[in-house]
Amino acid sequence: MVAGVAGGVADHLGVEVLWVRSAFVILAAANGAGALAYGLLWVFVRQENADVARSVPRTERQQALGLAALGLGVGLAAAALGSNVIGWIVGPLGVAAVGAAVVWREADESQRRRWAAGARSGVTGVAGGGRTALIRVVAGALFVAAGIGVFLLGNLDLGQLQFGVLAVLATLVGVAVLTVPWWVRLMRDLGEERRERIVEAERAEIAAHLHDSVLQTLALIQRQSDQPREVLRLARGQERELRHWLYGPTGYGRSGVASRGPALDAGLTEALTNAAGEVEDTYALTVSPVVVGGDRPLDDGLRALVLAAREAMVNAAKHAGVDEISVYVEVEADEVHVFVRDRGVGFDPDAVPDDRHGLADSIRGRMARHGGTVRLRSTAGEGTEVHLSMRTEPTAREHAGDNRSPDAPAGPDGTSSPGSTDDPAVNRGPESEREGAAS
Amino acid sequence: MTEPETGDPVPQSGAAPIRVFLVDDHGLFRSGVRAELDRGFADVSVVGEAGSVDEAVAAIRHLRPDVVLLDVHMPDGGGAEVLRQVRPELPGVVFLALSVSDAAEDVIAVIRAGARGYVTKTISGRDLADAVRRVHSGDAVFSPRLAGFVLDVFSDRPGAAPPGDPELDLLTRRERDVLRLLARGYAYKEIAGELFISVKTVETHVSSVLRKTQLSNRYELSRWASDRRLV
Repeated sequence: MVAGVAGGVADHLGVEVLWVRSAFVILAAANGAGALAYGLLWVFVRQENADVARSVPRTERQQALGLAALGLGVGLAAAALGSNVIGWIVGPLGVAAVGAAVVWREADESQRRRWAAGARSGVTGVAGGGRTALIRVVAGALFVAAGIGVFLLGNLDLGQLQFGVLAVLATLVGVAVLTVPWWVRLMRDLGEERRERIVEAERAEIAAHLHDSVLQTLALIQRQSDQPREVLRLARGQERELRHWLYGPTGYGRSGVASRGPALDAGLTEALTNAAGEVEDTYALTVSPVVVGGDRPLDDGLRALVLAAREAMVNAAKHAGVDEISVYVEVEADEVHVFVRDRGVGFDPDAVPDDRHGLADSIRGRMARHGGTVRLRSTAGEGTEVHLSMRTEPTAREHAGDNRSPDAPAGPDGTSSPGSTDDPAVNRGPESEREGAAS
Repeated sequence: MTEPETGDPVPQSGAAPIRVFLVDDHGLFRSGVRAELDRGFADVSVVGEAGSVDEAVAAIRHLRPDVVLLDVHMPDGGGAEVLRQVRPELPGVVFLALSVSDAAEDVIAVIRAGARGYVTKTISGRDLADAVRRVHSGDAVFSPRLAGFVLDVFSDRPGAAPPGDPELDLLTRRERDVLRLLARGYAYKEIAGELFISVKTVETHVSSVLRKTQLSNRYELSRWASDRRLV
């Protein structure tokens, strides 16, 4: 009735408002706990904007009058019935409380009006609702002042100086009591403003990012629309960048997924993805790496593996005559495999001239120096696949959870090494070499 | 242009074209796909399109297309929501998911909701038409990335939770081999040649993997799903 608290609670709990009110009344009868609860709920529970239509002016006024009458009645009754002391304490303070209630309620109303008007200026103060509101607030203030004044006069017998000091104090108390709703709202508005500022900053960041990346790229694409390869390169690079921004390990859309671990950044996955990106940018084709089995921190061997894989991609990009290269990475407990595959022209590895150092030095030599293996298969007209594998130290984490001892070979169960899938075919390749790569 | 799917089923001339329905909230993308499919492929015909979940559900009920190309990201629940509403009453309609994202949780959402395949939007028109034919004939379509993801989820890495239902929670060695080759970018025919099995057997393996992905309660799958309230 007074501030819609019962209604709000009823909405929240999904019960009839009558029950809630009854509960408040019963509680109020027990030492005023209900009234206290009501007041606290009123002050601290957020107001909902849903029911602006609920406040009908006429009932409002009736409520206000009823409130005042009720307060007066309670005060008078207490004064008449109770002993002098109770009457003189409870009565005036009751009057003061009712006055405060009237003012606070008016603050609520002005808040609602502010919402209804859509105005965000926080200074829509006491008189925000026109003359009636002003009258109600003033009346409430008078109630409070009168209550406190009467309380002081009736209970204390003091000298003039003390009385003056007390009067000032009492005024301050009165003002503090009266302005409670505004303080509360102020705090709340500040919190809301901060939230809005954060949202705003985020929006600005997204806009800036889109402007710097996407819009610039689109502009470039329009200017170079007569060069399909360049357009493809730009589009693909932009796509990759945006994808990383959205879905990358620290990406924008990943805020909820913290379990991936921070080590992902500097690891094998990142390095290979970057290498693929560089090849894409340089040669204007699509390189799509698929990584299975989690990430690994880079050591010397893996660094060599990444560089060799990059060289294999470059070879494919330069010589195969394709616009897509498949890269598949499988990370096992003690070995990492990389497959670089294209469906291009293919070649005869024996016929590669000696002055072409890419395959011999950058791939074979590099892998051999770090104890890795290279398997190459190429068929003219059907494409080429380079299979690089590098043994690694089992990571500590996998040590801990590993049932199999690291130096025992994988059992004959389902954990086949990828090498086993291409055994028959790979061995046809003239240069296929099999070091003792028991996985 | 490469021709990666050289071994795909050759469309029979004279047969009725596959009726395709497009669901995507980007009109530009819809018209692009529509033009590409209608122009280039006689055996695939786009019969309608929709830009929202509600629109799509109503139109699919009305048109009963053979294959629905379904965008994963849309307002009001996305592709998974369309699947949820339509699939129970129209089990004959096949869904192929299309997405710009290849994030694991997107893939798992639509696959678990019943899509027969998942491809990214950068797919070429020819590959898309092939994928449509493939799901229409009852097969599953796994992009390399989806294959890699499924391998990851079903890996028996140390520390993984023990399988609750071995029938569903583990892949056979052959299924693993097929998935690995898919992830390496091999087409079905190439996989068949590589493993000395028939294309039909490859298709069977892939369908079986799809079924396991949809039904398994494997820990990683369940976690992803429940984290994002997908199931």
